[in-house]
Amino acid sequence: MISFTLRRLAAFVATLFATSLVVFLVLEVLPGDPALLMLGIDAQPDAVAALRTKLGLDRPPVERYLVWMAGLLRGDLGISHTYGSSVSELIGERLVLTLPLALIAMALTTVIALTLGVYAASKHNTIGDYGVMTATQVGIAVPNFWFAILLVLLFAVALGWLPAGGFPGWSEGPIALKSLILPSFALAVVQAAILARVTRSAVLEVLREDFVRTARAKGLTRTQTLWRHVLRNALIPVVTIMGLQFSNLLAGTIIIENVFYLPGLGRLIFQSINQRDLIVVKDVVVLLAAKVVVINFVVDMLYAVIDPRLRTAR
Amino acid sequence: MKRIFAAPVALALVLAATSAYAAKDTIVLGMQDEPPVLDPTQNAAAAIDVIFSVNVYESLTRIGEDGTVQPGLATSWTVAEDSKAYTFKLPRGVVFDNGEKLTSATVKWSFDRAGAADSTNPTKRHFGAIAAIETPDPETVVLRLKQPSSLFLSYMASGGAAIFDPKSADGNKSNPVGSGPYKFKQWVKGDRVVLEKSPTYRDQSKATIRQATFKFVPDAAAQVPALLAGDIDAFGTIGATETLDRFKSDPRFQVIIGSTEGEVPLILNNNKKPFDDIRVRRAVNHAIERKSIIDGATSGYGLPIGSHFPPHHPWYVDLTNRYPHDIAKAKELLKEAGYPNGLEINIKPPPFAYARRSAEIVAAQLSEAGIRVKIEPVEWAQWLDVVYKQKNYDMTVVAHVSPWDQDNYTRGLDYYYGYKSDAMDALMKSALVESDEAKRKGLYEQIQRKISDDAVHAFMFQLPRTGVYAAKLRGFWKSAPVSVTDLAAFRWVD
Repeated sequence: MISFTLRRLAAFVATLFATSLVVFLVLEVLPGDPALLMLGIDAQPDAVAALRTKLGLDRPPVERYLVWMAGLLRGDLGISHTYGSSVSELIGERLVLTLPLALIAMALTTVIALTLGVYAASKHNTIGDYGVMTATQVGIAVPNFWFAILLVLLFAVALGWLPAGGFPGWSEGPIALKSLILPSFALAVVQAAILARVTRSAVLEVLREDFVRTARAKGLTRTQTLWRHVLRNALIPVVTIMGLQFSNLLAGTIIIENVFYLPGLGRLIFQSINQRDLIVVKDVVVLLAAKVVVINFVVDMLYAVIDPRLRTAR
Repeated sequence: MKRIFAAPVALALVLAATSAYAAKDTIVLGMQDEPPVLDPTQNAAAAIDVIFSVNVYESLTRIGEDGTVQPGLATSWTVAEDSKAYTFKLPRGVVFDNGEKLTSATVKWSFDRAGAADSTNPTKRHFGAIAAIETPDPETVVLRLKQPSSLFLSYMASGGAAIFDPKSADGNKSNPVGSGPYKFKQWVKGDRVVLEKSPTYRDQSKATIRQATFKFVPDAAAQVPALLAGDIDAFGTIGATETLDRFKSDPRFQVIIGSTEGEVPLILNNNKKPFDDIRVRRAVNHAIERKSIIDGATSGYGLPIGSHFPPHHPWYVDLTNRYPHDIAKAKELLKEAGYPNGLEINIKPPPFAYARRSAEIVAAQLSEAGIRVKIEPVEWAQWLDVVYKQKNYDMTVVAHVSPWDQDNYTRGLDYYYGYKSDAMDALMKSALVESDEAKRKGLYEQIQRKISDDAVHAFMFQLPRTGVYAAKLRGFWKSAPVSVTDLAAFRWVD
């Protein structure tokens, strides 16, 4: 267990280091001067030069990289060029939206996918199965931004039940949740369609195993067998996909946050790249890489919870 | 028992009565871009002016809807005989939102800061023209210029020339403090900025809107449902112009088409082959056809232009027929210039809908004359670096939104046009120092003709202002010579 944790930690550090180096180099060659962008095309060249000095952009690349890394090691993410406030504060402001959004979408995904997947497997090769397979095929094929626009037209414009977009902030209380309903649903549909198919085939595979017959023979009903024994054994591939999907959800909200004009992490990345707020881009990318490693670690831990055999194997 | 009951009942009745009869006094305005910071002396983003200029921050002068210079913070001014000194009168008892007093000394401090050696003010060059600032009394400021400038008063209206309180100036980035009719209340980054009526403003009768929310909707497709669902009351400029017909037929909205100061030329790199040859530039002018470009890029709402000058201005000269659409003529000019088999060039449009769409139509039109155009779309940061700074491009499309920006044609080979003409420099110099209006008009007519004759660019259209407003809203600008929102003039009617 200790060697496992140490190996994980080494992989974590190596991943972050590699990511930081790659993102730094990519942003170095990307054309675009943050100072010129801030002051606009009427600016006097000496004002632009003064701003470059102020932002430290005139320092050599190696020095800038080392300063950034030293800051990261101290937990200091630096100061945003454009906003002028600390990057950790900026990310924090955005995470209070994106994290709940991703969690709600993930919860919706799980509920929809497991229900549909297990149902389809239990009704294998019947009309119910075909119905689920067709619906999930459509769910995967439909681009989520387009589905989002349909949701807005129906629930915001025609029915007027929910806001068309925007986020009032948590200070407004639980009413703020209303703003997350449509976006999380739009995000969940595609993910749920994929996950439902994975669940279905995993359950089908397990259903063929001998112990299922045994469980039935000892007197369990079909439903009991399905939810108690089959699903648990089918969960490994499902959890693996869920881990990937959650990583995608946190980074992949860019488009949905644009359609619903939500001030989340996705919008922050988008704006920062456009404004060449390089320090924010670098920090967020490293943060997202760290998050993927952590989620993978959690998924590994979950394997052991689901399947006791894996605990001793390590 | 009765008495205890009576009070809440009466209160409820009063509340019901006031809410039923009080006119609406809040507004939610949509806009596409969010300001990165809230301080116009540190960042050139137009979105800062849209929210804060005139409303929160005040400059000495301001630009009216018709483009003329009007009193801003200064109630009046006089110009010296030699046009080299301006004396501004400030109102008495002006205070900032934080209670600090605004006097002539505050004006001097603000301008010294903007023109300082280490200043990063986007409009710094306007302050380089000031030789001395005098403050004979708290309500009088005298600005002495190095040389006369007919544009000085309009420069003084810009956000970069806003008057700040020395104590709060550094915090204006995220917590604006100004002297205008509105004060800053809240900025939820990525979502909205909220302003409310300032209780310390010198003329309380002016504004009727109590609270204004500016909401950011970057996606053009998302702006339409936001209006339809009633989340947003108005968009001064809506991105998806093809949806305007839908709003026209909806009684809840009014669609207002106006003009802006944004000339949109097909910009040609005059200092690089093949456009260093006037015949090639003229060939491009003959090869484009404005009607299709305007229909495709602005849904038909842009006005055609033939030079760098806004068509709504009284001094405008119609030069749209200077180079009639004539493919044969274009081919002939290319042949003369040594390109009998046509030529291959690039166009690098920035990510604005009008620019990308114009580029595509232009490319198709030029191919008829044998000019093969490679479209290389760039994002804004790339445009500034590759096109504007490095001048590594053949053609591009971008709106020039500053008023009186014809002096771009005198910025020489350092500027990305790559255009240099001694005759033009002389014309511009005379126009800038000329104080006689009739003579200035004549000079600006000559400037328009010169730009067109030299075929510096192929001029296409004036960027339209396509506004959608709630039907009961009044007081907004139809046209927008500058990017400001004069909230104090807004009001709701029944």
